[in-house]
This record gives sequence, structure tokens and C-alpha cells, in this order.
Amino acid sequence: MTTDRTRRPAPALWTPFSRRSLSRIALVGAAALTLAGCGGGAQPGQADGATAWTLTGGAEETFRTSFQEWNDAHAEEPITAEYFANDAFKEKIRTSVGSGNAPTLIYNWGGDNLESYVENGNVVELTGKIPGMEERALDSVLETGTVDGKLYAVPNNNTQPVILYYNTKLFEQAGVKVPTTWEEMLDAVEAFKAEGVTPISVAGSSQWPYLMWIQYLTDRIGGPEVFQAIVDGEENAWSDPAITEALEKIQELVDAGGFGDAYGSVVADAGADVALVHTDQAAMMLHGSWVYSSFLTDAPEWTAEGNLGYTTFPEIEGGQGDPQNIVGNPANFWAVSADASEEEQQTAFEYLEQTNLDDTAVDTLFDAGLIPAVDGVEDKIAETEHPEYLDFAYSMVQDAPHFQLSWDQALPADQGQALLTNLSQVFAGEMTPEQFQTAMNGTL
Amino acid sequence: MLLRAPARRRARAGAGPSNWLLAPALAFFGIFSIGPLLGVLVLSFMQWDGLGTPQWAGGGNWVSVLENPVSRQAMWLTVKLTLLSYAVQFPLSLLLGVFMAGHQRYREFLSVLYFLPMLFSAAAIGIAFKALLDPNFGLSQAFDAAVLRQDWLGRPDLAFYVVVVVISWSFIPFHSLLYQAGVRQIPQSMYEAATLDGAGTVRKFFSITLPQLKYTIVTSSTLMLVGSLTYFDLVFSLTGGGPGTATRILPLDMYLTGFRSNQMGEASVLAVILVAVGLTLALGLQRLTGADKMESQAEGA
Repeated sequence: MTTDRTRRPAPALWTPFSRRSLSRIALVGAAALTLAGCGGGAQPGQADGATAWTLTGGAEETFRTSFQEWNDAHAEEPITAEYFANDAFKEKIRTSVGSGNAPTLIYNWGGDNLESYVENGNVVELTGKIPGMEERALDSVLETGTVDGKLYAVPNNNTQPVILYYNTKLFEQAGVKVPTTWEEMLDAVEAFKAEGVTPISVAGSSQWPYLMWIQYLTDRIGGPEVFQAIVDGEENAWSDPAITEALEKIQELVDAGGFGDAYGSVVADAGADVALVHTDQAAMMLHGSWVYSSFLTDAPEWTAEGNLGYTTFPEIEGGQGDPQNIVGNPANFWAVSADASEEEQQTAFEYLEQTNLDDTAVDTLFDAGLIPAVDGVEDKIAETEHPEYLDFAYSMVQDAPHFQLSWDQALPADQGQALLTNLSQVFAGEMTPEQFQTAMNGTL
Repeated sequence: MLLRAPARRRARAGAGPSNWLLAPALAFFGIFSIGPLLGVLVLSFMQWDGLGTPQWAGGGNWVSVLENPVSRQAMWLTVKLTLLSYAVQFPLSLLLGVFMAGHQRYREFLSVLYFLPMLFSAAAIGIAFKALLDPNFGLSQAFDAAVLRQDWLGRPDLAFYVVVVVISWSFIPFHSLLYQAGVRQIPQSMYEAATLDGAGTVRKFFSITLPQLKYTIVTSSTLMLVGSLTYFDLVFSLTGGGPGTATRILPLDMYLTGFRSNQMGEASVLAVILVAVGLTLALGLQRLTGADKMESQAEGA
């Protein structure tokens, strides 16, 4: 309130039921209600035209180019894009979708998250609406955007298999062979330890990098069926002997000093795990294929010198799983919000059909060292700047009999969170495999 | 503005200002505090994943939270963190505050230094410490000291103490400021009299400074203890509750349950528990220390 008003003798303020004071109260109340109604401030559902929320880093440049291309060609129905950090986005998008304020194009990972959108009618079915896009996408990837045989989401960026990266310089210095089996992996760990090099870099503080180890080990030992049973919610599915063996192998590797002695403080956000490899402090790293672009930007010279090697996860003797199976994220996806207006949905369909993952997008992804989730681009790989790596990764995806979606995405969120927490306790040696399995069975 | 009202008018009316003056504040408080609080209380009896329609769950959420070992550990960790960070913060901020109120050389320069952590946002502090404590590229590299190359945030026992230290580092300046102001209020004549009686520095500290600071200590302690129930941003950005559940204190457990595991019902239970404990603690402290009957101690000085 202004000083003017306070100086003025104000009889209205003294009598309890004066009209002026009542109207003032009403005004304040109305203002408060308006404020409360506005909630998050931005209301994408009601903004002019279609909107899209996506992530920073990784394929961000592709999205920027793609939306620019669309907006240049369709000035009358533009798409407004916003970019968020990964964790912040995951928390924001759920609240927005749940409250009917979702952007027109909803960025997602497929898996359980997409299924719950479908169950609650938050997204529209895409089957048959965008035939061109369906045709372009890699079939194994499109599978992840399908719920009960109906298409609800289409890939929008790169396919992200998990690859074993290694430092060729350190392997040469130590005279170690790149491991193709688990025994060779343990031998390599011994050899690097003797050299004073951290054998394997893992960003323990971020927790999710641990997942890649248990995913690959379980798949190699027991095949994809083991995890499928868990997704299906079968009783005591976590007690599968393949999981026991995978957990034992993890602790064996930890005890052998495979990850060094301070892996729990390494953070992935800032690329400290990647830096360990390109500063020649660590010899190996199991990581998603997107990390190649981090090497290109963080250590261009080191990478150009050919110091970065890449290979598939080692085989395990007596394992049931096909050694060509891969784990990771098939891609990220666009779903279309059911809360968007019809025009906005129409804009979204047209965008997905014409511009999403078109030739321009494929080129920008290739330039960044990423593998577009589209069919039939083998010929283009030879003309890119990183033909060898892209060829390796692209054929790895094409030849894979099974592409396992990251477990934390495939499982319902509460189970996924419990998995991350318990797994990090296994890596810290605070939990035995049995304790882990009992705890995880409890979440089913 | 009430103070400026003409006294004549007040005398004639024979009463204080209308209670309607409270209405705007109450309306705001009701809409933004009580309303959501009741909403959370209702939600704590419902099953909701944030997307669908909330379903009535009765006491199911309460049972599962109280039986959940993670939540139980979170409660224990919160108690531990509260006591431990109090034990670190209280003596340090008291001594620093007394020091800053004096007239030593370089005092002002040092005070500015001590004050710095208050200027940073908690999230920035968390991220900065995370980078400093990186075993491969952080402090140990900068100072080339192997002692500093520890798995600070990766070893469950160590991570908890790191959190205590970082919290203390960032909150001590505020409390020393309170003590500094408190010490400045103590009449100089008391010290002069004590000096004449032959009291030394230590004696003066325990016999004059400390008793005179009683109410400052109560205020600061209440802020520290109740405040430690709401430590969130700093711990969230520093450890995210990890490794495992080693630093997953109650507010973090609430957040992660609600926004990562999408179990809004159980998160609401944790929120209600937090509110109840916080209120009890604050009221209890007031009663216990008699701070609700605060009166000036400077009389007769």
C-alpha cells in the first residue's frame, strides 16, 4: 500500500462492514484465485499454435534445425519449441500431461511411461495417420512406440545402443587385447591396475550408468526373457539365476578394482566419466552411443588421432543370450497430446509426416556422430565425417536380434527408482545379490 | 500503517483497528498455505500417479510409508542430520559472531569472507561442491594432494558427513550474523564492570556474553533445527540422495517418491509427517526455552 493511503484518515477501515473494505477483500481474493489458476505460468495447451518440449544436449541441434525448417516453410502454423535438461524435463512433463497442459508434441522414451499416457488417454493414436514416417523409421525402434499393437509414438532422433568404448592408446601401452569375453575383461582389469590406470570409467554418482552393466550381463547370461518376466510382473522374477550371476559378476568386477576406488563420486552430467577416458586416465567405458558426440566436442584432437576404440559387450561363457543383442534406448519419441486443439494436432501430424527425421535431420545427426533411427541410410554413412564409427553402430542396431529398452524406462517409475537405488548399493558393496533380489521382488 | 493512525481517533473508538484488516493476509494464507496443506492431507489417503484420477486408498499409504525401510531410514537420517549439523553449526557460528562483533584487526575483511557463502544459491553450492569433490578432476588435482582424492560422495559413510559439512559451511554465516547483532546489543558497561572486578576474557564470555545472548541462541537454534527439516535443494543437487540411500533425508525422500516414482499419495504422507514434526519442534522449542515470554534483559544496565 502507498504511503498516501496510510496518511489519509480512513474511517472505512474502522467500521467492520463497510462496502469499500468488502470490495477490497473481494478484489484481493479474486487476484489470488487468478494467481492460483495460472499455476506454472506458461500454458502450452492454450498458446498460439503447436508447441514442443524437448531436451538440451545430444540431438538438440537436430531439433533446432528441424523446427526452423518447418517454421520457415509453414509460417502460418509454426511450432514453438522449448528445451529442458533431462531430469528437470522428466519431472515437469508428467505434471503438465497430468494437468492437461501438455505441449502438442510430447517427448518421451516409450516404455512404461508411454503406456501410462495411453491408459489415461493423454495421447492420440498415430496408426495410419503418418504413413511416410512409419515407413522411414527403423522397425525395431518403431516397436517401442507401439502399445497393444497400435502406434502412439514415432522416433525423433538417434538410436542409442550401449557400446563398450576404449582408449586405444592405453591398450597399446599395456599390451592388452580388447576383451571379447568376460575372462579377458578380468585379465584386462588386472593389467591396467598394474599400470596404475583406472580400468573402467563409470559415473556412479549419476546411478543410471550402473544399469548398463546389469542389463548387458543379464542379457548375455540369460537372454531377453529374464527381463521380460520382470516387466510382465511375474512373481519372484528378480530371483532368476541369470540375475544372481550378473550381480555376482558386477561385485567381482568391483572387488577386482575394475572401476577404480572413487567411481561413486564421478558425475555424468558434466562428462567427468568421458573425461577420464580422453585424458588417458581410464581404459574402458560402457556407455550409450550418444557419448561419441561428447568425445567429438570435448576432445576433438584426441578423437581425431584415432584414440577412441569401440566394440560390443564381451561374451559370457555358457550364456544363453545372443551376443548380438543390444541394450540402450532404441530412440526418443514424439507423441501427440490429446489435450491439444484439432488444428494443433493437425500441425503436429504434418510435421511428423514431412519434417521429422527427414533428410536434413539425418544429415545433422550424422554430422554430430549420432545414428538416426531411420531405415536405409547405409549409403549415406560413407559420405559422413565419421564413416567407420557410424557404420559400426548402425549395423550393430540393424543386426541385433533384440534391442532391450533401458530397464528404468521399461519398468513403472517406482520400480525403476527402486532399481537404481538398490543397484547403486550393490555397486557400493552394501547389498548382496540376494538382498537386492529380495528388495526388487518386493516391488513387483 | 496502524501506528500512523491518529491517536485521538483510536481513543474515541475505544478499540483497536477492525479485524477485517487481517482479511487480505488471511485470505492469502488460506489460499496459498492452508488450502494446499489440506489438499496434501486428503491426497495422503489416495492413490495417485500424477496422470489418472486419484483413487481412495484409506490408510494404505500410511501403512506402506511407515513400513518402508527407505522412508524409515530417511526419518532416522533427518534426525541424525539435524543433531549433527546443529552440533557443528551452533558453536562455530556463536564464536564467529562474537569475533565479528569485536574490533580486531582485519575483522571487517574476514567478516566479508565469512559472509560470502550466504550470497550463493543452494543449488549453485551443491553443483560447485560436486565439482570440487570430483576425485579425478577436483580439489585433489588442483592442490596435487592425494589426501583430497577420496570417494567423497561415493562412500555411504563419507557422503553423509560431506553433506553435514557443506550444509554447515553455507548456513553458519547467517547465524553468525545473528550472534554478531546480539553481541553488539550487550551494554558495554557490563564488560567494564566485569573488567574492574578482574574478570578475564573467558570469564566475561561465559558470564556476560553467553547469558545475554540467551534469546539470540533460542532464535538461532529454532531456525537451525526447524530449518534442517527442510534441507532439500543443497542435498538434492549435491548427492541426489545417494549413494544408495545414504543421504536420502525426509524432504528428499518425499520429492523422489512424488516426482520420480510418481507416487503422490505416499509422498503426501511424508509431507504431512514433515509438517507435523516441524510444527511440533518449533512449538516445543518455544515452550521449552520460554521464548514465548521473551522480555528485555538490558534492564538495569
